Amino acid sequence: MLFKTVNLRRRGQLAALSIAAVVILIGVPLWWRTTETYRAWLPVSQIQELANLQLQLSADVEVVFARGTVTPEQQKKVPLTLTQDDEHVVDEDTALRYRYETRYRTATIMEEDALNQPTAAEADLSLHTLSESPCGSLVVYVIPESSSLLPEDVDVYVGQRRTALLRIGAQTRVGRTLEQLLSHLEPRVKQVLQVMSFSHTDITAALSDRVRLSPGNKESIADSMRAFKSSPGYEITFSLLNPDPKSHRLHWDIEGAVQTYIQPLLRKLAPLANFSIDSQTLYYAMLGVNPRFDSSRSAYTLNSDSLAHVINPVEARLGSNAASSNPVLNFLLYVPDAHHSPLHINDHKKQEVPSNAFHSPRWGGIMVYNVNDFYGPEAAFPVDINIDMAKVMGVFLAQLRLLLGVQSSAPPPRFLVAPCSSAGIADWELDRLMWSRSVENIATATTTITSLAQLLDQIGNIVINDNIAQQVSSAVTSLQLAVAELESGNLRFALQYSKEAILASERAFFDPSLLHLLYFPDDQKFAIYIPLFLPMCVPILLSLLKIVSDARQRRREKHAKAD
Amino acid sequence: MKILTLWSLFSTYLLASSLNIENHAAQFFSSGHTNNWAVLVCTSRFWFNYRHVANTLSVYRSVKRLGIPDSHIVLMLADDMACNHRNPKPATVFSHKNMELNVYGDDVEVDYRGYEVTVENFLRVLTGRLPPSTPRSKRLLSDDRSNILIYLTGHGGNGFLKFQDSEEISNVELADAFEQMWQKRRYNELLFIIDTCQGASMYERFYSPNLMALASSQVGEDSLSHQPDLAIGVHLMDRYTFYLLEFLEDIHPASKTNMNDLFKVCPKSQCVSTPGHRTDLFLRDPGSVLITDFFGSVRKVEITMETINLTDPIEQVEQSPVNGELQKERNSYVDQLPVSEIIHQKPKQRDWHPPDGFILGLWTLILLVFFKTLAFQETAVGSKPPYRVQ
Repeated sequence: MLFKTVNLRRRGQLAALSIAAVVILIGVPLWWRTTETYRAWLPVSQIQELANLQLQLSADVEVVFARGTVTPEQQKKVPLTLTQDDEHVVDEDTALRYRYETRYRTATIMEEDALNQPTAAEADLSLHTLSESPCGSLVVYVIPESSSLLPEDVDVYVGQRRTALLRIGAQTRVGRTLEQLLSHLEPRVKQVLQVMSFSHTDITAALSDRVRLSPGNKESIADSMRAFKSSPGYEITFSLLNPDPKSHRLHWDIEGAVQTYIQPLLRKLAPLANFSIDSQTLYYAMLGVNPRFDSSRSAYTLNSDSLAHVINPVEARLGSNAASSNPVLNFLLYVPDAHHSPLHINDHKKQEVPSNAFHSPRWGGIMVYNVNDFYGPEAAFPVDINIDMAKVMGVFLAQLRLLLGVQSSAPPPRFLVAPCSSAGIADWELDRLMWSRSVENIATATTTITSLAQLLDQIGNIVINDNIAQQVSSAVTSLQLAVAELESGNLRFALQYSKEAILASERAFFDPSLLHLLYFPDDQKFAIYIPLFLPMCVPILLSLLKIVSDARQRRREKHAKAD
Repeated sequence: MKILTLWSLFSTYLLASSLNIENHAAQFFSSGHTNNWAVLVCTSRFWFNYRHVANTLSVYRSVKRLGIPDSHIVLMLADDMACNHRNPKPATVFSHKNMELNVYGDDVEVDYRGYEVTVENFLRVLTGRLPPSTPRSKRLLSDDRSNILIYLTGHGGNGFLKFQDSEEISNVELADAFEQMWQKRRYNELLFIIDTCQGASMYERFYSPNLMALASSQVGEDSLSHQPDLAIGVHLMDRYTFYLLEFLEDIHPASKTNMNDLFKVCPKSQCVSTPGHRTDLFLRDPGSVLITDFFGSVRKVEITMETINLTDPIEQVEQSPVNGELQKERNSYVDQLPVSEIIHQKPKQRDWHPPDGFILGLWTLILLVFFKTLAFQETAVGSKPPYRVQ
């Protein structure tokens, strides 16, 4: 009987042990695997590398010496190439290096002929016909002091393409050796580069998403807030506001005007973003502000303080494209009603503004167009009026340049910048915009990717699907390519890769599936699992305890027997 | 001598006026935002929660009056009080006793209505993770220069806010959502106002910068409603929002009132609960923050100084192709429901999961019982005497 009970006990112990084994070896891993969230693999190490951004921007400059600027001895040592690096550390994660590769040479006969034109603008035109500089590079022509191309008080002329004319001092003042000449020229060429290519302030402003710098003066804050941020597309809406259709019947050839004046600019900006244009006419749309009558000028005036309150009542009426989430630029043309004509805008000093227009940062522009000159007091209402689209588009084009970031701050003293071409943008302005947009895209994409990785790390219960992992990987690849292209100076490719990177990273970050699952505090987790597992575990634990106590008792008996 | 004093007075006046203009310009750009957004959420349904809908609609009305357009407001109302069967005055929602003020009006644009107001949709709106088919009016398209006002009202408790009487949002989730907004630079500054019971618990867990929070009551206190209307039969407004609205009625788009005045709204004598606020995460001093920085939409403007001289004549746009026939594009409406998918729907492939929880416990219990009875049988066998009576 003892034998049988031992057998029984042995079987009981085996049963308890095997159940415990099944629970621990199979059950617990199975429960762990089935309750974990699916997280696809992300290239975390590469993302960490990208978090530390080391950007190098390379610019190619060609400095061409015209006749009369170099002595024959100096001319023997030219042509030569110099490379210069400028390092700036922005903060602990971001460092910038600017590389300027300068090639010095003397002018060819054809270039000398071109430089003999009477004015700087014609010289610029004929120089352009000779050769076309690639995107991102510059050519600076050094002309002697005696040259008559530039007016007296101007030292540098910035052309419409990628050329600049730099007037150098007399040879006696500059120096006899080539080194002296070059050391005199170098800071002046760098100044030209900062205007035409990139300057440290522009690039650090483009990095604002990554680095929140303390704002400088009011102008720099205003500059940074004015232009729209880089976006894959923009919507431009032209609206004609007619508050008084009974008096004025307005005709505007918006299609033709857009085709002639605006499309050339947008075509040139095509590598940067897609643009879609629409137009509308609003009737009985009043300004929200009452203009004051100024008897000295016998006109109605709007002073600058009340301009801020004009936009809101109108904006409620403006339609917008419901399908896209691109930023919208609104350009409004307001024709005052017959009782409040003419309407002028005054600036802070109570002076009339010649353009009669104002703009709001990151929103758009409004222009007031007075039509009281078009008809006399005895005209039969409603009067047909054709709006002069060239004048209107001149203002809107200037505002568009400001809002898209094309226009820069005022050039340094003694600089003369050529007026805008018919396309509305000079080649070097496009280059400058491409530099800052590429840097901005790269900075934003790296911030997005690193913050996404950080968020997914921090919030443990977000499911990461395969498509998100794929987007992240493609964003990382595009970023690495963009940084490499920027280093080698291929501006167009750098911009393209940076655009791809930002699209992929935004798509990954804003994927609808990345919503974190409900947050469970620890006490709720215990409350769910205890009723399930405790009834099952109690018999197992008790039998295991019993086994242990039996084994101990048997050992004690053995010891007792042995004694 | 007189001329000297006159001259000095004149020059000081000029200096003061120019400084004034400078200061004006400085203040214009000191807030750092270019546009304003508002997210107004009412989270409770049923007729007796009329006051929460009235709260939200009153704030909506004030915010619109001060200039924020509908395209920049995301209004979420969990139930429809104006067209409720129990409303004795249909198509109206009143916010004051004696039916003085109808806040429903005829230009209310509700973006999320009824059962669309869920925790998931609210978090999706905040973080921007909406499906691509969502229209523009249902999105929060803010950027890094947007000031956002978020107003929540409903029934809440210590650390949570109840949505639709069926789910909750906890303060940790809200803080995480704001952190995700900050990481993607979706706001410049954010003002969070909550009018629920124990509202202060909802902003305890915030940790992102540039957040300012106001709540109608502290932890452990209840927010009370203001007054019932005997004709409609329910309470019309909550106390905190009522006094907040009285305060906002004095604000106009050009006023210079700052946030310190907002903190003083509804003291304990009027509100019975103690309103609280939190400004430690906010970078600017609250005394320099204007009310209109969040509740209104004052645009910054600059005069356009330069124009471009355009001399080319306008080219005529071609009206029709040369060969004379008009190319007509056939357009057709897209199906509202994916009809072909619904008709040809195959049964969904569900992944096999191993049995979880309850089933696992049940099987373990059965196994235990089986082994126990086996052991019992053995003992029963063993208790029989080993010798048999022959």
